Amino acid sequence: MQSFVGVGVTPGRVVGPVLIMPPVLNAPPAGEQLAGTTSAADAVASLKYAAAQVKTELDARASRASGDGKAVLSATALMATDPTLIKAAVKLINEGSSAQRAIWDAGNNVAAMLADLGGYMAERAHDVLDVRSRIVAELRGVQPPVIPDSDVPFILVAEDLAPADTATLDPAKVIALVTASGGPQSHTAIIARNLGLPAVVAATGVLALTEHELVFVDGGTGRVTSHPGTAELAAAKKWQEQASALGTFDGVGRLADGTLLDLLANVGGTADAAAAAGANAQGVGLLRTEFCFLGRDTEPGHDEQVAAYKGVLDAFPGKKVVIRTLDAGADKPLPFLTDSTEPNPALGVRGYRTDTTSPGVLARQLAAIADAATQSNAIVWVMAPMIATAQEAATFAALCAAAGLSTPGVMVEIPSAALTSRHLLDHVEFASLGTNDLTQYTMAADRQLGALASLNDPWQPAVLALVQATVEGAAAQAKHSGGSAKEAPAAKPVSVCGEAAADPALAVVLAGLGVSSLSMAARAIPAVSCVLRSVTSQEARQLAHQALGAKSALAARALVREALPILTELGL
Amino acid sequence: MSERTATIASRVGLHARPASIFAEAAAELGIEVSISRQGESAQEALDASSMLALMSLGAEHGDVVVLRADGPDADDALTALARILETDHDA
Repeated sequence: MQSFVGVGVTPGRVVGPVLIMPPVLNAPPAGEQLAGTTSAADAVASLKYAAAQVKTELDARASRASGDGKAVLSATALMATDPTLIKAAVKLINEGSSAQRAIWDAGNNVAAMLADLGGYMAERAHDVLDVRSRIVAELRGVQPPVIPDSDVPFILVAEDLAPADTATLDPAKVIALVTASGGPQSHTAIIARNLGLPAVVAATGVLALTEHELVFVDGGTGRVTSHPGTAELAAAKKWQEQASALGTFDGVGRLADGTLLDLLANVGGTADAAAAAGANAQGVGLLRTEFCFLGRDTEPGHDEQVAAYKGVLDAFPGKKVVIRTLDAGADKPLPFLTDSTEPNPALGVRGYRTDTTSPGVLARQLAAIADAATQSNAIVWVMAPMIATAQEAATFAALCAAAGLSTPGVMVEIPSAALTSRHLLDHVEFASLGTNDLTQYTMAADRQLGALASLNDPWQPAVLALVQATVEGAAAQAKHSGGSAKEAPAAKPVSVCGEAAADPALAVVLAGLGVSSLSMAARAIPAVSCVLRSVTSQEARQLAHQALGAKSALAARALVREALPILTELGL
Repeated sequence: MSERTATIASRVGLHARPASIFAEAAAELGIEVSISRQGESAQEALDASSMLALMSLGAEHGDVVVLRADGPDADDALTALARILETDHDA
């Protein structure tokens, strides 16, 4: 039995056979010529045969896929035999190049041409490189560097996964994800949470596992064990039984003593919203509006935006939907808003800041949100991402008022916003902590980097202290805004909409710190609810106090987990 | 040489799904069809059966393109292809 320890990002205990994502292909040597015994005609024939094989394989996979995955696979299949790509490669072969090098270069040139066009085309450049790799792999007779296809469910082990890989990931086949690199807040981890797949990232050494070997994955503790014994098999079986019990939420978030704590969903579009409503989420705590903008060369028009937002609002009649205005930049570039040449995009013009360089887009988005709100029965709140100062909060509130939106708020992702929340809340009605970015900015650690995973941990006492500062700022704001009234008005709500809210142990700490609602991937709500109901508000405050006083993220997590035996019982 | 103009009806322009529908239809005809923007010479025209070429053309909703082909069946083929361009596949 051999164990690997990584960072668990989605709970779940499963046993299954391993399939390893094949390594990235090495480029054929630059300038590689046709072998002496091969004629150009033979090389062209083998290239066309390989391309046709790749197209057949992708078409077959497309016919078995559904939704976005099907569309991506069908389009990629067509690219494999596209005349532009193949004719360019044939020309190179006729000039003496080897078939592998010819398709390699032709693919590079076509991808570069698409990348130059920007926007939607630039995203397709990746698909061209994907078919190029598949054709080269076919010519070499090796496995292409893509998610393996299998008739039986398996545990996917990879160095790391790209967002494009996850589009073709079939959750009916892949029962767990294990990556050797990648961080707990990477996009791959977020997708694993959305799919509800047990996942472990940053598990150094797992690529040494053998294909088809049985392993045990514990997405709660981050442990991956080869040759599982009876204890592991029993744990997986127990998880399977509990997963069905943990699968539902009755629609009321509360602690053991009856204190209410709303549990809402993070959604990125209409389909997500419908699923969240079906899972009894108490509303939407974070609607990411990028779905309406990503992959676009130009800003979507008013009517299109109204229809997109209304689709989400209609899933939650009478309930709260917090809409985050466009958060472009850094890892989500948009050609008409962001400058891709910034040397340090995470610290650049992103989120709310794009309103200073491209004024008008935000005001038009707010107008569309206001129209969608009028046409639906949801309670619409609006918040701006990447707010750093009270002045920005005031400007955003004024834009909301001009659009006729009555409940403006800010996201607290920058330490300055957490430390001055009292002044920010003079201008807006609520604050929502985006713990992913707040952690990255507090620890100065890129959330995409596996090497920094231990820094990029919302359990870091500094991050918890900033959550506390934000809540205390809200209380101070209420106290000082009361004027001569004897009783201060209630503090404005501070919620959490980052991935931290989906960690049941951390959710207890956040509740203890005085956060008023938690928003997370809808699939995480039942487990979080179950654990919150096992503690009183007094116990939660005590655990929060202990976590704040811990010397490290590991110590904070360990002492809180220790005090919550229900986590181990439930395999969380 | 037969020629036919068409106005792009798809709201997303001639990429993504509309481009793949059109390229597949052009490839199935068995004759070479070229496509160019109105006003560009026939020498600059691109292969209509290539989705990648269509994407690089970058034709947006409302743009006018010219289809060209040779042969006895060219007129019918171009009419059929123009009909695809003039349909909004996103509707």
